[in-house]
Amino acid sequence: MARKELVPGVGRLSRSQTYARRQLYKGRKTGTASAKPEAAPTKEVQVGGDKNGGTRLVPTSKAPRFYPAEDVRKPKQSRKTAKPTKLRDSITSGTVLILLAGRFRGKRVVFLKQLESGLLLVTGPYKVNGVPIRRVNQAYVIATSTKINLGDFKVDSKINDAYFAKSEKKRTRSAEEEFFADGKPKEKGAFPETKAADQREVDKVVLAAVKKTEYLAKYLKASWGLSKGEYPHQLVF
Amino acid sequence: MPRESNFARFVEVGRVVLLKAGPHTGHIAVISEIIDHNRAIVDGPTTGVPRQAFPYRHLTLTSLTVPKLPRNAGSGTVKKHLEKADIVSKWESSAWAKKRAAAAKRRTLTDFERFQVIVHKKARRDKVRKVLKAAKA
Repeated sequence: MARKELVPGVGRLSRSQTYARRQLYKGRKTGTASAKPEAAPTKEVQVGGDKNGGTRLVPTSKAPRFYPAEDVRKPKQSRKTAKPTKLRDSITSGTVLILLAGRFRGKRVVFLKQLESGLLLVTGPYKVNGVPIRRVNQAYVIATSTKINLGDFKVDSKINDAYFAKSEKKRTRSAEEEFFADGKPKEKGAFPETKAADQREVDKVVLAAVKKTEYLAKYLKASWGLSKGEYPHQLVF
Repeated sequence: MPRESNFARFVEVGRVVLLKAGPHTGHIAVISEIIDHNRAIVDGPTTGVPRQAFPYRHLTLTSLTVPKLPRNAGSGTVKKHLEKADIVSKWESSAWAKKRAAAAKRRTLTDFERFQVIVHKKARRDKVRKVLKAAKA
């Protein structure tokens, strides 16, 4: 069998190769293995000879007769830690952002706050351009100089990263089987009422602020794009 | 009698020029002396351009001239003549300068302001179209 390590600290297989070999794509094992009865460390054996005391305690498994001549070096522990994401200076509460990636690319949205994970919490508002409360990465965003005065509005602290996490569902059947029940695609579940209420709550304040400036709602509704001869690095946002 | 030349703008002392390069790009100045086939001395005491040699390839001739500007005049004299001929206000009221100013202004607009321009242009188009239709009918 091939060695597991090429040199101490460098494995033969990459992370993804190990993943494939160990068939980790099948999913993490759930449930605990049944506990094996622990073997006794020693057992008593009968010893012949008069002067040997009759019985003796002997370890059940023999200690190895050889030790590796060379010490196996341990990989160095990395002390690097990820720094918290720095919010761009141009992004403050109420800043109009242009989304550049994802399902809502090209939409202009309102920034609410930065979440613990470093992602930005934004809203369309939903009524204006159909963008719900959403998390976006600031790398995929253009910050404009247009700011909406939200005053000292604070987003409810329940809207955090956990709020957006998908609920983990136990699957008994495969996804396909589940989707096509009775030869028809499964009907979509209704949007949770609590989330719709949260959206309304947040948008109420944002919409009120948007209405104060002429054309602003229209601006948020319009999507952004580049036309011929326009280059984003030459534009002023 | 045939015309003297088909050209209307000449490199001459007193010709107002637009600078196209260097730290004074976009400013106007006046030719006060012709050095050779490549360069002239330009001076713009009213537009902040110091007296300096400037290659023609980095100049654009305008239709304005300062009448009776003496050859190789110093900055003081040039200033007097420029003010007398009212060159700066003539330049600023020209369509060329206005277009340049508008283009420069456009470049500084923010995304929201650009959007408002679109909205206003649409409104103007709509109005023109309606009036035109009413006039035709």
